[in-house]
Amino acid sequence: MRISALRLPRVGRRFGVLLILWAGSANAAVIQIKIENLAFAPAQVSAQVGDTIEWTNADFVAHTATARDGAWDIMLPPNATRSVVLKTAGTIDYYCRLHPNMTGEIMVSK
Amino acid sequence: MAFIRMTGTLAALLLATGIACAQVSKLNDAQIAHIAYTADQIDIQAAQQALKKTKNQDVRAFAQDMVRDHTAVNQKALALTKKLKVTPEENSTSQSLSRGAADKRAELAKLSGAAFDKAYVDNEVAYHKTVDDALQNTLIPGASNSELKDLLTTGLKIFQGHLQHAEQVAAEFK
Repeated sequence: MRISALRLPRVGRRFGVLLILWAGSANAAVIQIKIENLAFAPAQVSAQVGDTIEWTNADFVAHTATARDGAWDIMLPPNATRSVVLKTAGTIDYYCRLHPNMTGEIMVSK
Repeated sequence: MAFIRMTGTLAALLLATGIACAQVSKLNDAQIAHIAYTADQIDIQAAQQALKKTKNQDVRAFAQDMVRDHTAVNQKALALTKKLKVTPEENSTSQSLSRGAADKRAELAKLSGAAFDKAYVDNEVAYHKTVDDALQNTLIPGASNSELKDLLTTGLKIFQGHLQHAEQVAAEFK
């Protein structure tokens, strides 16, 4: 295995790496959630494992997107855009730690 | 202790009567802006006192959140009053809010450690309830200018978030 890998031409090896990267992200989507007027919009989204959730904070105060199970805690200053890649299936409840009246839900399927 | 309890009640009464008076006589936008600005400043000062006194991580984080959010709201309010060419006008409600807050600060200054933390957070719960109620029932319905009304409405949502956050921190001291 090691010998055959070494025998591959340089270009071929590069192409192989690109192919793997492309295959890994072929079906992954970026799901955008806007934070405006102290609310996540949309508040509920469906996604698949491997998808990216991207929050943009359009408010003039800072918020967080914090998973209730502690998996992630994302700080979102005003005008910031931050994201997380979904790694496991299941329903994730999240909220803003600074304003717990803001809640959201992501339903992740395999 | 009895004295402390009495001044606390008095402060609460002053707040309540201040808001009640406001409901009787119609407030103009300049007065509403002054009440909202004063209410924000009071919570910033309370947080600054907490940041000097507390050693509790959750109380410190909460106080830092209060300074940041209320400063952001007041910057928006000042920018809006400037744009609308409105000079915030002191009135009996904002005066009684300031008096009540000064009494509360003096009361809290005598406490330290966990007793201070509990009293600060409990007061934050009570204070945000009072301010949220005033915004919802008096200041937002009373505002004439739509941009001022919108800012107060956003402010209410932010402060409702603070109330829940304060209740979570207060639960630690139960």
